[in-house]
Amino acid sequence: MVRKFLIFILLATFSVIFINLYQDFKGQDKLNDLSTYYAENEPQELGAQNIVTSIVVTYRGFDTLGEVTILFLAASIIGFFLKIKESDKNKKRELRKTSEILETASKILVPLIFLLGVYVFANGHLTPGGGFQGGAIMASGMVLMLLANPEKDVKHSLFSGIESISGFTYVILGLLGIYFAYGFLDNRVLPLGQFGNIFSAGLIPVIYTFIGLKVGSELTNIVGNLKETQKETE
Amino acid sequence: MILNIIAIFLCLAILVMAVIAVIHKKLIIAIIASGVVSLFASIIFLLLAAPDVAMTEAAIGSGLTTIIFFYVLNKIRKESNG
Amino acid sequence: MEYISLITGFIMLMIGLWGILTQKNIIKIIISFTIFDSAINIIIISIGYISGRTAPILDKAVPVKDAVTKIVDPIPQALVLTSIVISLGVTALMLAYALKLHKYKNTLEINKFKDLKW
Repeated sequence: MVRKFLIFILLATFSVIFINLYQDFKGQDKLNDLSTYYAENEPQELGAQNIVTSIVVTYRGFDTLGEVTILFLAASIIGFFLKIKESDKNKKRELRKTSEILETASKILVPLIFLLGVYVFANGHLTPGGGFQGGAIMASGMVLMLLANPEKDVKHSLFSGIESISGFTYVILGLLGIYFAYGFLDNRVLPLGQFGNIFSAGLIPVIYTFIGLKVGSELTNIVGNLKETQKETE
Repeated sequence: MILNIIAIFLCLAILVMAVIAVIHKKLIIAIIASGVVSLFASIIFLLLAAPDVAMTEAAIGSGLTTIIFFYVLNKIRKESNG
Repeated sequence: MEYISLITGFIMLMIGLWGILTQKNIIKIIISFTIFDSAINIIIISIGYISGRTAPILDKAVPVKDAVTKIVDPIPQALVLTSIVISLGVTALMLAYALKLHKYKNTLEINKFKDLKW
């Protein structure tokens, strides 16, 4: 009874705080100073059409490095926690046969989904998109393949290899910025090219390709680990 | 004007789905309701002029999160029954 | 438009917080965490919205010269992009813990786990 009363007081306090915040809020009508600087100087300095991409990769590139580290840590803890015994790994389960529509459709749809994922992260600097979206789309394609053939498993060594090599290359590309350009993770290592081409904006497409591969293989590893726990018995 | 009407409908729908996800007794319906909440949030992001964020939320929140919830639910049911 | 989504975000935050504090099944608590994360993202993006302007991508609709008067604020969008991916990682980690807890005691009520109570 005391617990319910305390929870009610906590929620009432939060409501009072939020009502005060809402009443002080005024809709803005012009950009603040930092966004004005980004909008004015970004086309000459970095040459990318998508301003959010250039903020995530170049202006706040160090935060992206921290996020990639957090994802790597979460994926490796899940892989360590959900390890199953060697004797359970090769057991065959009796599963219902998957429907024919799913099997036939997955043969056509999975290459198209992979192609869409590669297109989204290769064109991250021209259209909405980028590494994280492309990686999530590719992980969804792998999930469709897993749902259509439930006996097959995700090959963990291949995806762990892709993930480690991509992460390592991302840091090496950042270090190249110190020697050849103006700082860590700067993108003027490669020439800026013409505004609007696919081979423009320096190092941004290359960095986003490696981030996309890393995120895609990490999410595939997470889903594969959760699927393998279905096999183990008590 | 029409944009505001669509926004009010979407916000009412998302609040109703969030209440269903927290209160309902069966776990399957709660998981599906949380997937629908992510989907409507992705549409709200698009109306607020943020296409990058809408794409990310649709792929990650409404696709992958629901799949991993279902894998865990299957394992828990199998252990509770057998 | 931003007022409507801001009030929606605040109410959804209260619903998620109420779910975390009162529900007894661990899977329900994790579902409330995902609702909480989505609410925070909606609040952050609706602060950066400016009426009558469009997305921050410089193509035919937004010429380079007057980009300052035609785009919404791009900084909250970059922050929310990171936040969505991290919330997926944290949810997957919580579900792995829930699986191991269920294997240990064969129940998922949070009142039965009394090992750390003093």
